[in-house]
This record gives sequence, C-alpha cells and structure tokens, in this order.
Amino acid sequence: MSSPVKLPGQHYLNAAYGIKSWLLTTDHKRIAWLYLASITLFFFVGGFFAVLIRLELMTPQGDLVEAETYNKLFTMHGLFMIFFFLIPSIPAVLGNFLVPMMIGAPDLAFPRLNLASWYIYIAGATLALVAAVTGGVDTGWTFYTPYSSIYSNTNVVLAALGIFITGFSSILTGINFIVTIHKMRAPGLTWFRLPLFIWAHYATSIIMVLGTPVLAVTIVLVAIERIFRIGFFDPALGGDPVLFQHLFWFYSHPAVYIMILPGMGVISELVTCFSRKRIFGYSFVAFSSLAIAVVGFLVWGHHMFVSSQSVYASMIFSILSFVVAVPSAIKVFNWTATLYKGSISLQTPMLYALGFIGLFTIGGMTGLALAALGLDVHVHDTYFVVAHFHYIMVGGMVMAYLGGLHFWWPKMTGRMYPEWWGRLSALIIFVGFNLAFFPQFLLGYLGMPRRYHAYPEEFQVLNVMSSAGASILGIGYLIPMIYFIWSMRYGAQAGPNPWQAKGLEWQTPSPPPTENFPITPVVTEDAYAYSQEEAAVV
Amino acid sequence: MWEGFPLFPESASTIAGTVDRLYFFLIGVAIFFSLLIGSLVFIFAIKYRRRTENETPRPIVGSLKLELVWTIIPFILAMIMYAQGVSVYFETSRPPSGAMEIYVVGKQWMWKLQHPNGRREINELHVPVGMPIKLTMTSEDVIHSFYVPAFRIKMDVLPGRYTTTWFQATKTGRFHLFCAEYCGTKHSGMIGWVIVMEPSDFEEWLRTTPPPAAPRGLAGERPPLPVRPGESLAAVGERLFQQLGCNSCHLPEPGGQGPPLTGIFGRRITLEGGETVVADETYLRESIINPMAKIVSGYPPIMPPFQGKLTEEELVELIEYIKSLGRGERTTSQP
Ligand code: HEM
Ligand SMILES: [Cu+2]
Repeated sequence: MSSPVKLPGQHYLNAAYGIKSWLLTTDHKRIAWLYLASITLFFFVGGFFAVLIRLELMTPQGDLVEAETYNKLFTMHGLFMIFFFLIPSIPAVLGNFLVPMMIGAPDLAFPRLNLASWYIYIAGATLALVAAVTGGVDTGWTFYTPYSSIYSNTNVVLAALGIFITGFSSILTGINFIVTIHKMRAPGLTWFRLPLFIWAHYATSIIMVLGTPVLAVTIVLVAIERIFRIGFFDPALGGDPVLFQHLFWFYSHPAVYIMILPGMGVISELVTCFSRKRIFGYSFVAFSSLAIAVVGFLVWGHHMFVSSQSVYASMIFSILSFVVAVPSAIKVFNWTATLYKGSISLQTPMLYALGFIGLFTIGGMTGLALAALGLDVHVHDTYFVVAHFHYIMVGGMVMAYLGGLHFWWPKMTGRMYPEWWGRLSALIIFVGFNLAFFPQFLLGYLGMPRRYHAYPEEFQVLNVMSSAGASILGIGYLIPMIYFIWSMRYGAQAGPNPWQAKGLEWQTPSPPPTENFPITPVVTEDAYAYSQEEAAVV
Repeated sequence: MWEGFPLFPESASTIAGTVDRLYFFLIGVAIFFSLLIGSLVFIFAIKYRRRTENETPRPIVGSLKLELVWTIIPFILAMIMYAQGVSVYFETSRPPSGAMEIYVVGKQWMWKLQHPNGRREINELHVPVGMPIKLTMTSEDVIHSFYVPAFRIKMDVLPGRYTTTWFQATKTGRFHLFCAEYCGTKHSGMIGWVIVMEPSDFEEWLRTTPPPAAPRGLAGERPPLPVRPGESLAAVGERLFQQLGCNSCHLPEPGGQGPPLTGIFGRRITLEGGETVVADETYLRESIINPMAKIVSGYPPIMPPFQGKLTEEELVELIEYIKSLGRGERTTSQP
C-alpha cells in the first residue's frame, strides 16, 4: 500500500480473509457488499440492453435488429432493471448496511436468513440470466396474458420462475427489517427519534411482505396455464384475459413504491446533513411514508383505464391515485423547506439529492396526467408513460441510490471518493437524463406507442435526441463506477464522520468493526439534532 | 430528417380539443410547481450556502400551518383534475345513440374492419366526416389496443369479449391507427390508417371501389360461407344461421326448443337459478360458443357449443343478424 492511511486496525472488511469468509458471512455489512456487487452487475446488464434499444430507435425502419430480438431486448431490460436492480437496490445494499447501524444494533435480527436472502436472489437472477441467454423472453416485463400464457414461444416459464424465486428474497428481507426495527433499537431510540431512512424502510418492508406473495401466486398461475393448459386467463380455455392485469398490478403498483420509498428515505438523510438542519416537519415526512405504503395498495386499477374495466371502478382507482400523490407532494415541500436558512454544502451527495427533488417533481406531476381518466386514454401505453416512469425510477430512484452510495461510501470503505469527479458525474447524469427522457413526453403525446421496434418517420427527431441523451447518461454512470473502484485503494482516509453528520452510524469508526459499536450507544436526542450542539456550545 | 417534425399531434375528432384542454391545464400546473420547487431549491442553495466550516443554522422544526397549506392546496388541485378527467372519460366511453356501427377484429398482426353493409377492410378504415362512429371490437388471439392519436381515443381489444369506443371525425384526411397493447413479434407493424372522407365521397367509395378480397378465416372443418358482393353483415349472418341449423330450434315465435331470438338484443334475460343478464354482444357471443355458461330459464340445456367452429367475423355476422331481429328495451344504464 502506497498511500499513508490510518484506518482502524480491525474492521469488518479485514476481520477475515478469503472468498469463503465472504460467501458464508452473516455480517450484514458484508452481505450488503454481496448485493452491491451483484446488483451493479445486473444494472449494467440491463443498461447494455438499453443501449441496444436506443440504438435501434435511432432510425424509424427498425433495421438494427429483428422485431423478435427487439422485443426480447425491451423485455429483458425491464426485467433486469426492475426485479434485479431497482427493487433490491436501496433496501438490499444501503438498507442492509445501515438499518442495524442506524438503530445501534450489532446486526439484523436474523443474520443467517439475511445471507439466505442473498442466495435466493442470486438463484433467481441466475435463472433469469439463463432464460435470457438461452433464447430470451418477449412478453414485456408485465407478462400480460394470454400472450405470455399461451402465445409467446419464448422462455416464459424459466424467466417467471426466476422472478418467483427472487420474490422470496424480498419477503425475507422485509421480515428481517420489520423485526429488527421493532426489537433491536438502542436504548433511548424511540419511534419518533428514528432516522427517516428507517421509517422509509419500515414502510417498504410492509409492502414487500404483503405484496410479493400475490405476484408469486400470479406467476404460478401463468406457468400452470402455459404448461397444463388449464384456463385462468385465456378465454379459449374458459379464462378471463384481464384477471391477470388485476393480480399483476396489485403487486406491481405497490412495487413501484418499494422502489421509490427507500429513495425518499435517502433523500431525507442527505438534505438534512448537507443543510445541517433537522428536517422540516419530521412527523409529516415519516407518516407520509406509511400513507404511501397503505394507499399505494389501492390504486392498481389506474393501469387499466382502457382495459374494459368498468367506468365506476376506473373512477375509484383514479381518485385514489390522486390521493396518493398528496403525501409525495408533502415530502417534496418538506425537503425544500428544510433548505430554507440552512447551511448548505453542495457536495456530490447533495447534488444528487437536489437533482432527485427536481426530477421526482416532474415525474410525479406527469403521474397526475396518467391518473386523470380522460387524458390517460390518450397517453396510456405511449412514450409518455415511458418518460413518466423513467423520471420516477431513473431520475428519482437511481439518483437517490447514487447519492446514498456517495454519502455512505466513506463509512463502507473508510475512504473518500474524489469529490471533483463526483460532482462532474452528477452533472453529466442530470443533463444526460433530461435529454434522454424529456423528448419522450413529447413523443408520447404525439402518439408513439411504447414497445415499437419500428415507427413512422415523423417521430425520428425526438428519438434521435433521446438516444443522444442516453449515451451521455451512460457515460455519467460509468465514471462513478471507475472512481469508486479506484478510491477503495487510493482514496483519502475518511475518518469516522467526514460530513459531520448526525446519526448513530457516524459514531463508530469507518469502516466499522464487525459488531458495529464497541459499546451499545444510548440515544438521548432526536434525530438530526444539528443545532442542539450549538445550544450546548453557547 | 427535420421535415414533418411535429411537436403536437393533429386534432381531428370532437373530443380531441377537450382532451387537449385538460392536458394543457395539467401541464400548466406541472410546469408551475416544477418551476416553483426548482427555483426555490436553486435560490436556497445559493443564498444559504455554507460559508464557514463550523456554522450551524438555527433550527426550524416545522410549522403545522404550512403543512396544512401544502397538503390542502395540492389536494384541492388534485380533486379538480380528477373531476375534469372523469368528465372527459364519460364523454369518450358513451357512444351517442344513432352512431354508425363498425366491427373491429384484431388479430396478430392486422386490423380487420367490417362495415354494417358488409364491406370489409384490412388495416384501413374509411369513414365519413362529422358522423359519430361506434366501434365494437374483439380479438382472435391476444389483447390488442385500438389507438388513433389524432382522435385521442384508445381502447383495448380483448379475446372473448366485446369492447366499444367511438369517435366523430372533424376533418378529412388520413390518420394513423396504431396497436397500443404489446401483442407479440410484429406489434409495431400492426398499424394502419383511418381515412376520413366527405360523406359524398364516402358514399362514392362504398359504391365504386371494389372491396378487397378480404380473407375469411377458417374455423374447424366447415368450408367458409362465400360472401356475395354487396351483401350486408346481417344478411350473411342470416344465411349462416340457416346453414348452421340454428333455425331448427330458434323459431321466430315461442314454441321452439330454444328461446326465440326476435327482439332479444338489449333485453334483460332471466337465467336458470333466477339471475338476470342483459343480452348484449358479449352475452350473445358467449351463448353461441359456450351455451352451457348461462342457461336461459325455461329451456333445456341442449344447444351444442360452437367453440372453435366459428371465426370472430362469423360471430359478428350472427350477432348483427340477431340485432337486426329487433331490439328489446334496455333496462339498465350500462355505460
Ligand atoms: C412514486 C413513484 C412512482 C413510480 C416508481 C412509478 C412507476 C410507474 C411505472 C413503472 C409505470 C409503468 C407501468 C407500465 O409498464 O405500463 C407507471 C405508470 C403509471 N403511473 Fe406511476 N409511478 C410513480 C408515481 C406515480 C404517481 C404519483 C402517480 C399518480 C398520481 C402515478 C400514476 C401512474 C399511472 C396512472 C400509471 C399508468 C399509466 C398508464 O399505463 O397509462 N405514478 N408508474
Ligand atoms: Cu396488437
């Protein structure tokens, strides 16, 4: 080692050596690394498919790949990004690392179950990868029947099995978090002293535990219809073609909140730390997470306004969708108000957080256009929807994930990333993202349907803009990947609390020892008590 | 590349303007809030940037008044948007009575369209301007979705049931018709045109242009019924009705082995077991292909199922024939 570093002598990273010490670890911090490595892999797998999709769409004729190949590309892009990247990203990496540390516990409640969750995840993802390389799937990540159950002649069952298995990993992680948060808080850490990151993970875990089984059952039904020709969805076999959509969205709409709630938790942490202020309206932010989790279960029918669902059902799903937008708005206003009269430092994590606020606002506001019945009829299943959910999932969730990763990187590795490069890549990502996805709103309102491999000429200009933006975005994602790896060896030493942040995880060395805290901390103040220090000094 | 680069779709139906107005309202609100949040974030980030390493600002923990303001205002705005969305939706989902009826059959990967007078088209739909057109749609295989951006209409086309939508074109021209629900390999090739014509041109088109040899799909062993030029859907349906032997049980008057079909369309039917259903297109279709599913009270369950023996077009012809036997009173306000 060349750089003169003085990391703590003993910590979780050097507590044991060898591949076995990683693959059989029950330390939540090491398991977080296992997840980090695997979801990064799948992010780039999904990203690779995205590159091909955007290349194909540079020209209207659809001349780069065959229609069938294109259909497999967008299906696998969606599958990998959603099930193997977005859903596990923040909970399984940052959540795993931080939930015990933030509540002053030595580990999760069930460490071995935690390791098992990772193996289950890997098993499911491997099956999906096998399905992808041995012929692919072409149903779209939504698997709509009867196309998926009868008509598609691709690897539907294998891919579905992969997702089915991965679902158990979510369920187990959710149970583990819930029990840990209930039972293992440090003395003095009452519910209303919890960091908002914990509240967000608590709400997310509820959705994981209650929603995922429905997806599992649905997938099994598709497989049964495919293999044994027992009719659930195909009317020719006596089934109902729309039933699948109800079951699927009953999980998958709440699943979009599995993706975004943890991101909101991260943003709450970043905004307070880099403004050195307690979050504005702590309990409103905390309860809005729970409200989103609960109401989020009641809005699935807004994906089905033109599916022949009854007009009255649509009216109810529509009003509930508008209602669920309100807690999201509350959070945005509270983050903004937290900045007011703060002491704001625009370091990389904060740049990501501010970017998140902007993009999430646009994503959420356009969600209202989709919740509005008569308007959704026109934009449903067009690029407008594609733009909307990328603003939420990529503009929102991925920004939050990267912001969080930069923020806690010193804690995880004991070293800093290079700040200048960090800010540069945050900027590139923001610009590239908007150029890639904003044109898609226009395309969608113009009427370009999604999942089109070839398209009429008049849509070309906007598509080319989008592809150009996507390449900038891709570069933006590669830069952190490189400097993170670099920093593990050459980064400056971080010290226990490089950001002067509040929160228990900053009160232990970086990287922390295996048991997290040498002595169990006792909590005597509210979360984010940045100014009590001042009071003490005065 | 830049020629014909539009930023906004053409509006060519009576509801297009209404949908656009709702869109502008929503986008206006979205732009307002995005700019508001964006500029506040920007201004705060500059104005309150950290000046010394150790500064700690005074805490502002919250304000119930503010929380209420930014909960209630978005809520009210959301309810206004909701109400407008509903009113547009009602407009798009209720065809006016007296609309011209056209049948649509989606199939991987083409649109098959049938005019009431028997005229058939593939991937092209000719309609007169200024006349409400009601589409009754079904699919032969998977779920498709009938989408005409210039009209701002879209409706899924499902196997095993009929869905409807409607439009009234306000100008002549050619407008894209897309399939918007992913339906397999050539999903993006399942596109066509709606061709809106002056009524007189439309009459002319109906009379003069020879209909293309529309392929009649085959179902089961039975040879397809040849369609005579100029024969209406109901007339073909009537011949089919006789060829299949339906008329041996369904006599015009009571007394046959099966219920008489005169005036049945739209009437409320009492089933074995006391339940009632409205005899709409979906009910008639089901009763033909799978008669055991809903048995009419007072008749023995002896009708043979026609599942797999009729194409979707033939089912449409039979239903048109049954409709032509007269309508019952609609007893519900089914939207
Ligand atoms: C909070 C984070 C959100 C995420 C992660 C998210 C994600 C998504 C995704 C993935 C889809 C695409 C489904 C498809 O493949 O068809 C979608 C569609 C939709 N979203 Fe969101 N969304 C979020 C917020 C919202 C909000 C706040 C609203 C409304 C108030 C909303 C309303 C809708 C509607 C109505 C659709 C269906 C659109 C259609 O298919 O026509 N979403 N969203
Ligand atoms: Cu289709």
